[in-house]
Amino acid sequence: MKTAVIVFPGSNCDQDMYYAIKDGLDEEVDYVWHAETSLDGYDAIMIPGGFSYGDYLRSGAIARFAGIMPAVIKAAKEGKPVLGVCNGFQILLEAGLLPGAMLKNKHLKFICETVNLQVKNNDTQFTKLYNQDEVIRIPIAHGEGNYFCDDETLKELQENNRIVFTYSGENPNGSRADIAGIINEAGNVLGMMPHPERAADALLGSDDGLRLFQSILNHWRESTHAAYTS
Amino acid sequence: MPLTHLEPSPEQIEQEKVYRTMGLTEEEYQKVKNLLGRKPNYTETGLFSVMWSEHCSYKTSKPVLKYFPTTGEHVLQGPGEGAGIVDIGDGQAVVFKIESHNHPSAIEPYQGAATGVGGIIRDVFSMGARPVALLDSLRFGDLDSSRVRYLFEEVVSGIAGYGNCIGIPTVGGELQFDPCYNGNPLVNAMCVGIMDHADIQVGQARGIGNTVMYVGASTGRDGINGATFASEEISEKSDEKRSAVQVGDPFMEKLLVEACLELTKHDALVGIQDMGAAGLVSSASEMAAKAGVGIHMNLDLIPQRETEMTPYEMMLSESQERMLIVIKKGSEEEIKAIFARWGLHAVAVGEVIEEEVLRLEHKGKIVADVPSDSLASAPVRHMPSKVPAVYLANQAAPAWKPEINNYAKTIKKLLGQPTLASKEWVTRQYDYMVQTNTVVAPGSDAAVVRVRGTKKGLAMTTDCNAKYLALDPNEGGKIAVAEAARNIVCSGGVPLAITDCLNFGSPENPEVFWEIDESVKGMAKACDVLKTPVISGNVSLYNETDRGAIDPTPVVGMVGLVEDLDHVMTASFKNEGDAVYVIGTAKPEFGGSALQILMDGEVSGKAPALDLELEKGRQGKVLEAIKSGFLASAHDISEGGLAVAVAESVFGTELGCDLKFDTDPAVELFSETQSRYLITVPEITKKDFEALVGDAVFVGNVTRSETVNLAFASSTVTLNRNELENEWRGALSCIMSAKN
Amino acid sequence: MKKVKVFITLKESVLDPQGQAVMQSLHNMDYKAVKDVRIGKYIELQMEDSADVAEQVDTICDQLLANTVIENYRYEVEEEVHS
Repeated sequence: MKTAVIVFPGSNCDQDMYYAIKDGLDEEVDYVWHAETSLDGYDAIMIPGGFSYGDYLRSGAIARFAGIMPAVIKAAKEGKPVLGVCNGFQILLEAGLLPGAMLKNKHLKFICETVNLQVKNNDTQFTKLYNQDEVIRIPIAHGEGNYFCDDETLKELQENNRIVFTYSGENPNGSRADIAGIINEAGNVLGMMPHPERAADALLGSDDGLRLFQSILNHWRESTHAAYTS
Repeated sequence: MPLTHLEPSPEQIEQEKVYRTMGLTEEEYQKVKNLLGRKPNYTETGLFSVMWSEHCSYKTSKPVLKYFPTTGEHVLQGPGEGAGIVDIGDGQAVVFKIESHNHPSAIEPYQGAATGVGGIIRDVFSMGARPVALLDSLRFGDLDSSRVRYLFEEVVSGIAGYGNCIGIPTVGGELQFDPCYNGNPLVNAMCVGIMDHADIQVGQARGIGNTVMYVGASTGRDGINGATFASEEISEKSDEKRSAVQVGDPFMEKLLVEACLELTKHDALVGIQDMGAAGLVSSASEMAAKAGVGIHMNLDLIPQRETEMTPYEMMLSESQERMLIVIKKGSEEEIKAIFARWGLHAVAVGEVIEEEVLRLEHKGKIVADVPSDSLASAPVRHMPSKVPAVYLANQAAPAWKPEINNYAKTIKKLLGQPTLASKEWVTRQYDYMVQTNTVVAPGSDAAVVRVRGTKKGLAMTTDCNAKYLALDPNEGGKIAVAEAARNIVCSGGVPLAITDCLNFGSPENPEVFWEIDESVKGMAKACDVLKTPVISGNVSLYNETDRGAIDPTPVVGMVGLVEDLDHVMTASFKNEGDAVYVIGTAKPEFGGSALQILMDGEVSGKAPALDLELEKGRQGKVLEAIKSGFLASAHDISEGGLAVAVAESVFGTELGCDLKFDTDPAVELFSETQSRYLITVPEITKKDFEALVGDAVFVGNVTRSETVNLAFASSTVTLNRNELENEWRGALSCIMSAKN
Repeated sequence: MKKVKVFITLKESVLDPQGQAVMQSLHNMDYKAVKDVRIGKYIELQMEDSADVAEQVDTICDQLLANTVIENYRYEVEEEVHS
């Protein structure tokens, strides 16, 4: 599996994502600069966390206009897995690949801590290796992770099983319905505020996030294997 | 048109003594006149006043700084460059420095703290290193004051805002509260970077004819005279100096880090330096002076954010996120391309010249022409020193002995003191995990950051108990270094070197100068014995308010090498049944202790004594025990004594302990005798441990329980972990949310 | 030249944690008359004269300046006075 980690000016979790795939999965991975226009040849697309363009107007608002974004949208339409973490999630929301928007955390402060997440849907290509409703330990680190959507969108997300992760126990940021991660209708674009790439090495406290990347890899192997044999 | 025609003439400057309002003394002005052989114009007077300020020149502290050992077998670069460098093997090196931003933070706490972080990061990457960690040593006044709470909240937000955005983890530091810092908070930021030996850069302008380039943000009127401002006492008038505050742009700095690290791999780079305090004048004159050359700069080419800026304003501006680089002539376009990729401009603004002068051209005229080394060589001031009466009184005072009726209650109260309470309210606002190398997060004795691609790690800490220094600066200075080393050792690291941030009051007060002198002597002694040379540092004087000087607060930032990440050790108890040991016998030493502050509201008597040879021996034994895999936990016994150390070791676990002592409970639990450790050892390595560390005393076992039992001959102190932990964990957030 | 003053605010239905915090402070300071606080953004654009300035501003706001999932915007167009 060949993975692209998109780098915007101000991305700062790009290396963490890169090493989660290189060292955690032992798979091929490249940084792709925001000014590039093609993602051809990549099997999975990662939009990492950080403060793209300083997040000065609104988190993710400027990044969505970067040269690479049409290629990200194209990859999403082709059904390739697209994972946006933290600022990456905010960019996916701004780009309209996922519904809703982010507000400032309810207590207005940046929060960095490892939280309990519940896997609400393990029937996705990102979460196959988790048990349904399993509680996992994944770090969060954000100032604007208070997910908002209108009633209609929430109903749609709930009815179609598109809420993939929720905060378990205390809701750290005020997110609607405790939402920590959601997936698109087609099931190949996942946005989440918590950082699975920070929980990919037991030395750093948790490797619960590694299974998310392994799930993507397994799904890719199965689908390419299926493609060869069909 | 720039308002240069409104500037006073050289004659006016002399006759009306304008230089005095600009910060030069009578003698200094005469020296400038002699150096130039004429009267300086307004711009030149400005250059000298800022470069000869204490902040830039260390003119008062220089004689004292000579005490510090600055070399050692691993030291690759000592003080004098952006940051110091120490070898960590395998062709790699660690780079670090600490710096104060006290005065800007007192005026505009968010931006003051943020730009402090930005500045220290530039010092580290200008050496060619990638910044991998930040630490912040913070001190504020009494939290009962709404102004202090405001300063505290905004400083923390400013550090978080800058560090989180730029993506460098804030992994540690310290936080203390004391009324002596009311109105004069201390904000000391430390940055640690990692690099290959091959990439070491210096801030030198070598090579006649080479090109001087300006990179990064444009120049505005930010912080004009900030460096002189930092050397004055804070008064009510400071509010009027609001323009002395710079605004930070962490996004710009993130781009600058990446572009400059790319640049350091390029053959065309000759020298690079941050435009920090005193901006363009200090970077240009220092780079020229260190290389024994001159620089001719055309100010019309300086990227300007505001219109009609005068040469004075451009040279003294402290706009942030700017670097000055010297490159080989002819490679300008390649260098511009590197910066353009990151959306930054690199502009050629001058050249290196043979004549050793800093020559500034503006609108076709030479507006300043001064010898380059003259700006960097302020006349050293030798200040009178006097032993303070209060020191003599404290030395002569009878030993302080506490009367404690309820031990459990006293311990709980101690844990609720803001200085001893959990710092989670602060640390959870910092991204301490970005870069995914943080092996030991904030909260243990020292933070540990992995060196990616190796089995090595770096342990890092900042320490200074100013209360000991208030009683005895020499002993307290020794303790600050020793405690930092103890924290490194308890985390599994070999102490390598220190950086220091010397925060004191006005050196013009002979009693304060005595404190500076004694503190540095004490620190230097400890550095000698513990083999931790000083590789970088910063001096912040004039930390005074209308009510007097702060306690002497020379903060020590120390980095240690964890040779194998298997050696990483933390303070928390690990397993039920592990044996608990205390190394070191408590003496009735309560001067400057947390207990004394809690009971008296002030400190008195003698500071704890430190035996450096004993300290060194114990550190060696504890480190050997850790490396041999004998230990389950290690914690140094410091502020609050053994009682606080035990409590901290059970917090965040499901464990308690049963401990038994045949000593005096007040002394055993609360004394702050130095060189003591709380250690736990699994049953299987007990014998080996006891054989190695002969003076370790077995005191009991770790239990799976909510209860901590401390049994003495006369009575037993029973504590409930949950109750204590709630008090400890909630204290700061309770104060901060209740009173806003 | 035209000066365009753009005001961006959170929609009524969206909780504004910053506004809530400011209101709480005002109440603590005894300004009980304050019943609600909403915090928004104010952005100034200098634009060349053209017939479709309003149309352009609408597009700019929809695309970049505001996130219409959570924010409303309004703007005023003024003649830029030269000195």
